[in-house]
Amino acid sequence: MRMPQISGSPNGRPRVGVYICHCGTNIAGIVDVRALSEHAATLPGVVVARDYKYMCSDPGQELIIRDIAEHDLHRVVVASCSPLLHEQTFRNAAAKGGLNPFQVQMVNIREHDSWVHADRQAATVKAQDLIRAAVRRVALHRPLERRRVPINPDALVVGGGIAGIHAALTLANAGKHVYLVEREPTIGGHMAQFDKTFPTLDCAACILTPKMTQVRAHPNITLWTYSEVAQVGGYVGNYEVTVRRKPRYIVEDLCVGCRECIEACVYKEGKTRDEFNLGLSKRKPIYMPFPQAVPQLVVIDPETCIEFKSGKCKKTCVEVCGDRKAIDFTQQERRETIHVGTIVLATGFKVFDAQRIPYYGYRTYPQVYTALEVERLVNAAGPTSGEVVLRDGRRPESVAIVHCVGSRDENTNRWCSRVCCMYSLKLAHLIKEKTDAEVYNFYIDIRTPGKGFEEFYNRVQEEGTHFIRGKVADIYPAGDDRGRLIVQAEDTLLGKVRKIPVDMVVLAVGLEPRPDTQDVRRLFNITCSTEGWFLERHPKLAPVNTFTDGVFLAGACQGPKDIPDSVAQAGAAAAEALALIDAGSVELEPYTAFVVEEDCSGCKTCIPLCPYNAIAFVAETKKAAINEVLCKGCGVCVAACPSGSITQNFFEDEAIFEEIKGVLAHA
Amino acid sequence: MPEETFEPKIVAFFCNWCTYIAADLAGTSRLKYAPNARVIRTMCSGRVDPQFVLEAFAQGADGVLIGGCHPGDCHYQEGNYKTLRRATLLRRVLEAMGIEPARFRLEWISASEAERVKTVVNEMVEQVRALGPLHVVAPEDVPVPHLREEVAA
Repeated sequence: MRMPQISGSPNGRPRVGVYICHCGTNIAGIVDVRALSEHAATLPGVVVARDYKYMCSDPGQELIIRDIAEHDLHRVVVASCSPLLHEQTFRNAAAKGGLNPFQVQMVNIREHDSWVHADRQAATVKAQDLIRAAVRRVALHRPLERRRVPINPDALVVGGGIAGIHAALTLANAGKHVYLVEREPTIGGHMAQFDKTFPTLDCAACILTPKMTQVRAHPNITLWTYSEVAQVGGYVGNYEVTVRRKPRYIVEDLCVGCRECIEACVYKEGKTRDEFNLGLSKRKPIYMPFPQAVPQLVVIDPETCIEFKSGKCKKTCVEVCGDRKAIDFTQQERRETIHVGTIVLATGFKVFDAQRIPYYGYRTYPQVYTALEVERLVNAAGPTSGEVVLRDGRRPESVAIVHCVGSRDENTNRWCSRVCCMYSLKLAHLIKEKTDAEVYNFYIDIRTPGKGFEEFYNRVQEEGTHFIRGKVADIYPAGDDRGRLIVQAEDTLLGKVRKIPVDMVVLAVGLEPRPDTQDVRRLFNITCSTEGWFLERHPKLAPVNTFTDGVFLAGACQGPKDIPDSVAQAGAAAAEALALIDAGSVELEPYTAFVVEEDCSGCKTCIPLCPYNAIAFVAETKKAAINEVLCKGCGVCVAACPSGSITQNFFEDEAIFEEIKGVLAHA
Repeated sequence: MPEETFEPKIVAFFCNWCTYIAADLAGTSRLKYAPNARVIRTMCSGRVDPQFVLEAFAQGADGVLIGGCHPGDCHYQEGNYKTLRRATLLRRVLEAMGIEPARFRLEWISASEAERVKTVVNEMVEQVRALGPLHVVAPEDVPVPHLREEVAA
């Protein structure tokens, strides 16, 4: 065993200080912390062992700093929470005391011990084993230096909904160059589909479209719509991103957005489902998603365009475009590679597919709508110019709004989608205002915990909207000549079954992760929660960070969120990115691997194992060499090297062997 | 130690990005599971040298658990595939040594699967408890001292 010899300490061993945190009662409530410090004091090399209420507090850190000087400590072991939480804290404390920060080892006796075990004795024994392992391991820790890498000041924002727009504008206003990549032909996201926003009822378009225009006009923003990120390489501060730019068959620089081509199309009427209006209207093969689309460019859909299908179209669109020559049927997909230092993901959500609950009759009964469809109906720019009418043109006299469709439901999604109560109240208000219909809200609980939300709920109640507390069990035809539907639910306040005949049913569909979330997270090397939302680094203290440095989250891709929360999070994500950019450089953990040349036999086993091509065979020496800049410190090559000539900093073989022996030594 | 009070000792190697975080989440969620496992953190499950596993058994572990990211989810792209490859070989070596398969386990546990940490640790503790303490008998026909002399020569 390679034990560093230190003059002036017993047996030449490094002098170790052990610090055991009570974490209030979080640890001390289960683990006998006094027994731990007494046990630690008996371990070889340990010259001081203490337990303290909160090691992470200033006085706790002071203890370590003082002991390093007073007891001439060479190593520090802190037994407290997860190293993922406070490793940095204690490394900094050790550095203040004059030690190399990597001569500290943390022992996780909270998340991995006191919080998961009820048996006090077993938990204490476990903590002792873990501390013993750390004391043995830490003796072998070498001093290490963090690597400093520069941060490319350019940023990438993925997703052009309100969160992405806000993040992009914040970064751009701070003088950073931003690439905003949006999959759809226009930015705006879901918010562009809404009419009014709760609880203030200000018009979504009035507050969103100016921001969309700002994005387009901003000198620091490169806006790529109808584009998707195809590949991401590199690391914090130095990402290389390939963006796939789908052909819109329109020369972006030449199209002025006059839309004459749409008028001129050989199709006199639209025949294709209009995605923006959720199929409540039809569009032509050449179209603009909505009048305020940004950028103001038309798109040709090759699936339905006659020229693409038969090559025999009269091409009236080209004719009317004339000298502008903005239409180009030969356009091909392009790939652009950009270099950015930080990435903000704002890829949003999808609404729950109401067909998954067959007894609600969505797509079976034409009178059943999703809330997003009704958003389009109440919208002045929507398919009915803001009239709330049924598919047959009649104005509904009674409307049921079914809450929690695909939310808080064991059979679909268990989470609360957070926005549905409020948008249902908003729709209740708007429907009543526009049609004077009787509106029935079928709810489980009304949740209005936001600024002005409860007041809005009271207002809607006072307007005469009905509230029935019960989960809707069935929706079926009433069989009357009005073609009404019966909405059946058990009223849990009355304790009896209610059957309400209505002309129209609105399903308050919940929010879900987008279907390609798993692909996207792999692309950016981040994690998802069990539900499929992107996982933040810490739910409280790092809500916009991810486990991949330099990648941040904004908006509903991280979990259901309303507009103000999405904007707030987007601002926070932009600020975190700016903090990195303005620091100019970032320190990387020094966990890289290196080859001990004299031991290397030149067998080349390690070379194909490295996913980053960081290992090369040096012909002159006939040895392998690791490029430290490319190495990300996984340690795969270290484990594979037959001659044991590769060492990983901080995770050296000997250190891990000591840890293994340490945890098992009591037996 | 009498059979009914036998508490198996499990050494667990958890990767920093998935399984270690899942075990942290089990903590913050206050899930309760058997206190028999001792977790050693590596950056990637691919860092786990088969020697670590052998050393753990040699030092008295009754079981060894490796936890990594799900296939396709490795923080280092494909480290967990290397782990899988090695584990497959190692399992055969262990079997040849008379170490029952249930004593060596490789599990994919993502950062959000706290519940899985609980289930896997509990299951493994139960299985190893049923097997009893690890007892490896060196096959008599292998002349170990003789070999040692030859190697030294």
